[in-house]
Amino acid sequence: MSDEKVTSSLSRDDVVHVARLARLDLTEEEVELFTAQLRTVLDHAADVAALDLSHLEPSSHPIALENVLRADEPRPSLDRAEVLAAAPAVEDDRFRVPRIGGEAP
Amino acid sequence: MTTAVSLAGEVRTGARPARDVTDEALAAVRAGDDRFHTFLDVMEEGARAQADAVDAAVAAGRDPGPLAGVPVALKDNLCTRGFATTCGSRILEGWRPPYDATVVEALRRAGAVVLGKTNMDEFAMGSSTENSAFGPTRNPHCTEKVPGGSSGGSAAAVAAGFAPLGLGSDTGGSIRQPAALCGVVGMKPTYGRVSRYGLVAFASSLDQIGPFATTVEDAALLFDVIAGHDPMDSTSLPSTPEPTRPGLGEGVEGIRIGLCRDLVEGCAPDVAARVQEAADALAGAGAKVEEVSVPEFSYGLSAYYLIAPAEASSNLARYDGVRYGLRVDGDDVEAMNTATRTAGFGAEVKRRVMLGTYALSAGYYNAYYAQAQRVRTLVMRAFERAYESYDVLLGATAPTTAFDLGAKVDDPMAMYMNDVCTIPSNLSGHPAISVPFGTGDDGLPVGVQVLAPALGEALLFRVARAVETLAP
Repeated sequence: MSDEKVTSSLSRDDVVHVARLARLDLTEEEVELFTAQLRTVLDHAADVAALDLSHLEPSSHPIALENVLRADEPRPSLDRAEVLAAAPAVEDDRFRVPRIGGEAP
Repeated sequence: MTTAVSLAGEVRTGARPARDVTDEALAAVRAGDDRFHTFLDVMEEGARAQADAVDAAVAAGRDPGPLAGVPVALKDNLCTRGFATTCGSRILEGWRPPYDATVVEALRRAGAVVLGKTNMDEFAMGSSTENSAFGPTRNPHCTEKVPGGSSGGSAAAVAAGFAPLGLGSDTGGSIRQPAALCGVVGMKPTYGRVSRYGLVAFASSLDQIGPFATTVEDAALLFDVIAGHDPMDSTSLPSTPEPTRPGLGEGVEGIRIGLCRDLVEGCAPDVAARVQEAADALAGAGAKVEEVSVPEFSYGLSAYYLIAPAEASSNLARYDGVRYGLRVDGDDVEAMNTATRTAGFGAEVKRRVMLGTYALSAGYYNAYYAQAQRVRTLVMRAFERAYESYDVLLGATAPTTAFDLGAKVDDPMAMYMNDVCTIPSNLSGHPAISVPFGTGDDGLPVGVQVLAPALGEALLFRVARAVETLAP
């Protein structure tokens, strides 16, 4: 991992970029605040980032997981009306959303 | 306060109607919860209906279940069909789940009465319950102090005497730390031992549901009810759990206990003193107690605060204003998604989602996320080594007693440090429990933590029972 940054150099622009990826709008004050706060967390993680652990496999889970299969038999699903009743907007038994970017209305 | 064991006993024999117990519990919450704000919503009708069903079973000579008539406080990230489940977030305000969590079904089958939904840090992200969008919960031992978190509502509801039992979820200590700060028992089972179907996901490789109670026996009773395989949760362990309650009183004679220096050293002197006294008392009761150091634990906090936010950033992508919860309109889908999430999430959730997105993004994945997963392997190996010499480990649950409301809200790193002693067991997926053991210099409760290897719940409860018996 020598080609990657191991000390926190999180910039203001990084925060703006990450917020956009996460679909969050930040005010100027929030960008300043979050940049400082996230830098502190990443600085704390710098000791971990600097460890040589190349001999260890990463663990994604605490237990050995195997794929679980069940018999392919039809069974009742959630009630459609109940599920759609929870949606902010519905049309013709479907979730209604605003225009998807770039498409003609 | 009456324990769940004795309460269920009275209800089962017909000596006390479940309906009376429920009405009293509901009245107590109505009269007293203004001071603590442990509940977000109380299920008056549902609780009475469940109590009546229990009384009908008793009257008809049917078995009403091991938790007959026992009120339970449910953390608000556990789905209750047709009843609001908010996760302490504006983004889920008013949402009514179309199904019950498996643990909720298990409670009802056991005759328990779900009293209501308890306050929590938004999406379980926090250690003080101050990150709830609906206002903080206060510690019943001192209302100027936090109850801990994120399951602070359930811990405080049990501590306040509103319910003998509670359920919470523990991703980095969110059951054990509030249990310690509120002076109750709180336990995190082995990863996969309790079904998470219907638990709103935070960090899927770490989350686990577990019990709160005023006694170790009550906690074991509740654990036995909720443990087991569930085909609806693909991470649920297939084996059938052994009941833990029968062996509770077997004592600690000959049990090898490692007093883990790394789970004490960074703690306040009064907390460290209680842990040492618990270790001495256990040795006096016949356990073989030795000091042990597991230096790898010191990397756990950093690894956790990369892994958990990374998983959260993915899990919380589902809150997009399309299928449920809040929607704030926008000109196109992306603008709607962004406006919804910006209005619906609080500051801590935004911080963690951004931290996780960053840790997973191109150029940083190996340095942060993959590296944190290697630390996870390191911590798991360290546990394995320790358990070659010891049956259980002993340490503090939280570094201090309950702190002042507002003291750490502006300093995320200071808040995260609360989890330093509890995180290793989440990374390894092992069970651990916090048991009250005396008080700090401020007179507030201290929790001692017992840690056991995977599926070691029976031994964990047995040692915890001994700690409880030996507590001052």
